[in-house]
Amino acid sequence: MNIWLVMLLGGALTFGMRMSFIYLFGRYEMPVVVKRALRFVPPAVLSAIIAPALFMPENALDVSLGNDHLLAGIVAILVAWRTKNTLLTILAGMITLLVLMWAGGNI
Amino acid sequence: MNQTSKSFWAGVRAEFPLLIGVFPFGLIYGALALGAGLAPLEAQMMSSIVFAGSAQFITTQLVRDAAPGLIIVLTIAVVNLRHMLYSASVAPYLKHLPRRWKPMLAYLLTDEAYAAAGLHYERHGLTPTGHWFFLGAGLALWTTWQISSALGIFLGAALPSAWPLDFALPLTFIAMVMPVLKDKPMLAAALSAGAVALLAQGLPFKLGLILAALVGIVTGTSLESRR
Repeated sequence: MNIWLVMLLGGALTFGMRMSFIYLFGRYEMPVVVKRALRFVPPAVLSAIIAPALFMPENALDVSLGNDHLLAGIVAILVAWRTKNTLLTILAGMITLLVLMWAGGNI
Repeated sequence: MNQTSKSFWAGVRAEFPLLIGVFPFGLIYGALALGAGLAPLEAQMMSSIVFAGSAQFITTQLVRDAAPGLIIVLTIAVVNLRHMLYSASVAPYLKHLPRRWKPMLAYLLTDEAYAAAGLHYERHGLTPTGHWFFLGAGLALWTTWQISSALGIFLGAALPSAWPLDFALPLTFIAMVMPVLKDKPMLAAALSAGAVALLAQGLPFKLGLILAALVGIVTGTSLESRR
């Protein structure tokens, strides 16, 4: 599929979802079960992206001290948990990764 | 200053702290999009057509891995499902607005605009100029996102390719997900989705992400309804 078509369809779907209940309000109430399910979308989607990035940086499972991405991710998780600060979390994770990669001669 | 412009600028100001995080994210997006093989115009247009940071990040990864277009569109849809929740949340405050306002504010309804506008509505309820606040927050974010993407596209070639810039995405998501994990169903949704994502990594067409997200949503929902 052409990248422009992908962008147009992806953009149309995104706009449609943002517009959905703004458009429907008053005409249609969201079923409670849908509302409940939607609450779990962010943690589910985000974790599905986070886990492979930390545990499979080279596309194979790597749970060892040699996995720089995993160690940097753990640091970021701790910082996010303690501070709830987005910028600090990104900085802490990125700096940890760069230092580990540099120490291992990978950069 | 009249009430509408006061509201508008209050929205811009409320958005400001969020922009500090968005700007570097846009820079990195621009650089990654070029690295994945998108043309500068394609990369920039994605920032205004799709206008959703995390979906754009994922799209660059999928383009780089040469995933089929239909899978990319499906993945964008799943990653952006959460916007329906924002839509439902602001809908009661927008229902009185003239027709031309609704699509405009819907287009601007990103995570960060919702963070500012949703909080404003929660605190002040329905006010005569609340939609101007929303517009100010949304446009501040939109402008920042366009400029930072453009700058990333412009500087992209200058950034050392050995730098693991794409790691900014999981890091940003860690920052977004940690504050949400307040109860057992949320934690279970996150852990099950993460585990399935690892197990399903080998699935064709990168379907693992969609499958993992669905398992997480079902796990969380069923745990919660059992309580």
